[in-house]
Amino acid sequence: MQLDNIEERDLKMGLANQVVFAKTLEELAANDKAILVVTSDSRGSGKLVPFAEKYPKQIVEVGIAEQNLVGVAAGLASAGKKAFAVSPACFLSARALEQIKNDIAYSDNPVKLVGISAGVSYGALGTTHHSLHDFAVLRAINNLTIVAPADNFETEQAVRKAVEFKKPIYLRLGKKPMPFLNEADQSFEFGKGRVVRAGEDLAIIANGETVYPAWLAGKALEEEHGIKTTVVSMHTIKPLDTDLLEDIAANGRPILTVEEHMVNGGLGEACASFLFQNGFKNPFKIVGIPDEYTVTGSQVEIFNHYGISGSGLKDFALELFNSKK
Amino acid sequence: MTDREMKLKSIYLRKSLLKYIYKAKAGHTGGSLSCTDILNVLYNRVLNVDPKNFKNPDRDRYIQSKGHCVEALFVTLADRGFFPESDLETLCQYQSHYIGHPTKKVNGVEQNTGALGHGLPICVGEAIAAKLDNKTHRVFTLLGDGELPEGSNWEAFLSASHYKLDNLYAILDYNKQQITGSNEEVMNTGSVRDKLETFGWSVKEVDGHNLKELEEALNNGPFETGKPNFIIAHTTKGKGVSYMESNLKWHHGVPSPEEYELAQSELTEAEAEI
Ligand SMILES: Cc1ncc(C[n+]2csc(CCOP(=O)(O)OP(=O)(O)O)c2C)c(N)n1
Ligand SMILES: [Mg+2]
Repeated sequence: MQLDNIEERDLKMGLANQVVFAKTLEELAANDKAILVVTSDSRGSGKLVPFAEKYPKQIVEVGIAEQNLVGVAAGLASAGKKAFAVSPACFLSARALEQIKNDIAYSDNPVKLVGISAGVSYGALGTTHHSLHDFAVLRAINNLTIVAPADNFETEQAVRKAVEFKKPIYLRLGKKPMPFLNEADQSFEFGKGRVVRAGEDLAIIANGETVYPAWLAGKALEEEHGIKTTVVSMHTIKPLDTDLLEDIAANGRPILTVEEHMVNGGLGEACASFLFQNGFKNPFKIVGIPDEYTVTGSQVEIFNHYGISGSGLKDFALELFNSKK
Repeated sequence: MTDREMKLKSIYLRKSLLKYIYKAKAGHTGGSLSCTDILNVLYNRVLNVDPKNFKNPDRDRYIQSKGHCVEALFVTLADRGFFPESDLETLCQYQSHYIGHPTKKVNGVEQNTGALGHGLPICVGEAIAAKLDNKTHRVFTLLGDGELPEGSNWEAFLSASHYKLDNLYAILDYNKQQITGSNEEVMNTGSVRDKLETFGWSVKEVDGHNLKELEEALNNGPFETGKPNFIIAHTTKGKGVSYMESNLKWHHGVPSPEEYELAQSELTEAEAEI
């Protein structure tokens, strides 16, 4: 895969995270009949057709009706089922928002909400199909864990842990194949950021599909400019890993955040809020999709347009780094 | 246009939408072919809309609720002179306003749609406004059958009959299929006619590929004074291309070069028979 002029040969290529979700669930459902998938004409996009064929009794189809999808999942969870409500992130988090707030989070029904083809995965299908609001609206709801895994390892771990998780959770997955980041670190826990590169001069905190371009930028910063860069996959945006943030911020290094989300209300603002309220004064910049009519094009074109690429992030980081002096 | 020219137009529109889907390497092929005849009749025989003065407040409104079939809408609008057809060369490209769903950045498009279940409530608003202002223009929407289970449609069905919106026309592209399978398998809507009548609508059923039947239904409303109009248009997904017809695989799908040639040649043959 090539995001722009920076290429990567070192990393092992994987599958799309939403494919890994479906495969992992398929494996787990064989021995756990309480696992149910609820879909809204979305099993194809969710790569769940094989799941449905293997376990026809473990899939509940509600048709194109996302509000119903989430309500039904709440009932299933309340009755003891491990219900995964799977639908494109755009519809799941916007259309069914009140069901998420009241029937899942407030009523504490431990549904696993799975937003697929998240962010701008759907590219040229346009704003109706983009979820650039989901972190913001869901962060404003109490009792909901929000996770956007970066690579196949994190995704598989997140799905395994979600099955046994006793609280409402939202998993946000994309449809582009992702490389494995930091295969050496095999630890994963909700609420604990994963350091995929280490370096003390600068930090890039990203999540989901933007961790890979952040990793590329970190590598280029070190190799081309001698700027040693920590890159974090902050897969859990809520609860946020504030211990890790404090550790990173402690030496005053500049911090760049990146997300496939509008700059309002997402990962960047979550980090900023913690840091500012705890007295940190690090140079800080939020990169994401700006608050404007989103440029049209494929996911890669949209990413490149807004600098969410290895070279784009490197430039943002250099600017931030030099502003410090 | 003569009736014969109308039939030729449908074929031209099918060829054209396939061309741009093929070029863009993306598109909702089956559903676009399914509603091509409906759009042809709407824009060439029914709607009072002027490409040169689209914003005329007295225009008829058409809001395409099944926004994913934007390719059928775009080629019909281009053919009616809303914009040069060559604009569609940029379909789905970087910075083009011709994206995979209708947007108001394109001349002739009333509303930004694409998330299903939004068109009808907006039409109810337009129809109420027309009544309040004593206007005589009509309001049309096109629904997919897979789209029907969205709750917002049923909320709007109630509102439309409550407000006696006989200036409102909802057309159902009843191809009986969606993405996962048939409507019956995915979410059985049962008798749509019975449900709509119970909700206070006046219902007509037509062959959605018969231009005359479509025109007669759409131009002879209201079917009953004081009731909103529902037109069940029986259609075939992928209509006009043998291997696409009623084949789930073509909900969205881009033909290979061989498939593309075959599709075009089948349509050329059909053209010769008219
Ligand atoms: C709210 C919402 N949910 C899901 C989708 C994804 N989607 C696009 S088209 C489609 C199937 C539509 O089937 P139908 O309405 O029958 O359309 P047609 O057969 O005419 O193509 C689905 C599920 C969407 N666009 N909007
Ligand atoms: Mg259909």
